[in-house]
Amino acid sequence: MPVLRIPTPLRAYTNGQSEVNVNGSNISDALTDLTIQYPALKPHLFNEGGDLRPFVNLFVGENNIKDLQGVQTPIRDGEKIMLIPSIAGGRHCEGEARSNIPFCYEIASSPIPAPRNDGV
Amino acid sequence: MLPELSRDEILRYSRHLLIPEVGLEGQRKLKNSSALIIGTGGLGSPVALYLAAAGIGRIGLVDYDTVDSSNLQRQVIHGTSTVGKLKVESARDKLLDLNPGIQVDVYNEPYTSENALRIAKDYDIILDGTDNFPTRYLTNDVAVFLGKPNVYASIYRFDGQVSVFYAKEGPCYRCLFPEPPPPGLVPSCAEGGVLGVLPGTIGTLQATEALKVLLGIGEPLIGKLLLYNALDMSFDFVKLKKNPNCRVCGPNADIKELIDYEAFCGVPSHDHEEGSAGANWDITAPELAERVKTNHLKLVDVREPHELEISKLPDAKNIPLGQLAARLSELDSAEEMVVFCKGGTRSARALELLVSAGFKKVKNLKGGINAWAKEVDQNLPIY
Repeated sequence: MPVLRIPTPLRAYTNGQSEVNVNGSNISDALTDLTIQYPALKPHLFNEGGDLRPFVNLFVGENNIKDLQGVQTPIRDGEKIMLIPSIAGGRHCEGEARSNIPFCYEIASSPIPAPRNDGV
Repeated sequence: MLPELSRDEILRYSRHLLIPEVGLEGQRKLKNSSALIIGTGGLGSPVALYLAAAGIGRIGLVDYDTVDSSNLQRQVIHGTSTVGKLKVESARDKLLDLNPGIQVDVYNEPYTSENALRIAKDYDIILDGTDNFPTRYLTNDVAVFLGKPNVYASIYRFDGQVSVFYAKEGPCYRCLFPEPPPPGLVPSCAEGGVLGVLPGTIGTLQATEALKVLLGIGEPLIGKLLLYNALDMSFDFVKLKKNPNCRVCGPNADIKELIDYEAFCGVPSHDHEEGSAGANWDITAPELAERVKTNHLKLVDVREPHELEISKLPDAKNIPLGQLAARLSELDSAEEMVVFCKGGTRSARALELLVSAGFKKVKNLKGGINAWAKEVDQNLPIY
């Protein structure tokens, strides 16, 4: 079974799991299986149209799937897949006691949907 | 013609001179070289300290902030005695104490499209120790346009990334991340925080890469990204390729000059007014203190549960921002409500969410519980 490595910012949505075993013979199937196991991850990886978000980088072994066959890239049993987020960090999001930063986008994923999309 | 080393310098750098890969010539190369460090925070601290100690002839420091005691958990170039001082001055004093033989130039200003090319053009290498997307893209583009290597690092909680983006020889930052996440897809600020030693680990790796590039030794992380996780103690490497469609370094690049990076990222890069949802939606801590004396107000604390162990307001209902959308039914839109967090940023987002869900009688505590601790109840800690 291929193994998908989850970066820290997204582990909040995988019950803290750093690695998730996924079923599938290509990246697309593996991500489908991943989001079935952990539905809360879905909005972080896919846009409303179901396409992989452009700032989500996936690597099979050492190679970016963008340099291979995209989501159709085949994966083998035991192969390691890495999800790489864009991190801006360095300083706390909300600033520190003296210097507040009103907006800070430290990771490339959102724990809440944008209000206009939340459907609540 | 490389500069000679003085007798004192030969003694100071003797442990370098003993390594054949550095040697006398390498040390003279370092003396002749210059490095610009963007940011003197968590990453900039170890980077600047080690580059100064290594004898880089000229170091530039860009920052516009002042030292705060909450920086000292990780920003080890500063100290208790420099709290309140300009970071660039605090850092310069430390560097010149460590190595008076180098030159330290300071730029006490935000790094922006207006000044970045002017500041960076006379340096051999740029080190990215920034903390936000707009400045990161700016730092990348400046390095591409000036043909200089950009030693990149970023950190998040227990994770770090390091690479050398050098468009002449490999990919740039935009080849990997063509665009930042859109502002609509932002993480909760509750997700912030960083293990203090993490920027130390990552920053020293950054300094190592800078020295390798300047000395022309080893295999710098050009075309490679290092991914570090402190909890797993894992180091992973992935290959990065030049993106043929890259808008700044590709063959058909259409971005030929610096742009408005705040607009590009949809976010401000520099400090603006402290945690505010806008004048019509804010209530200040003293105003709130007055209001709660006479009116019943529902207080909603959108921080994470572990933050309540640091400080809390009595009778406030805790719904972490990340859960708010799913727990709106627990709130009564007919009730007057004030949302708050640590500094007013998360609660401004909560307010936006509540208003879009039809809540009208809702205000944001400007500056958060920290403003309350500062202006109303001095027994509460500020964090």
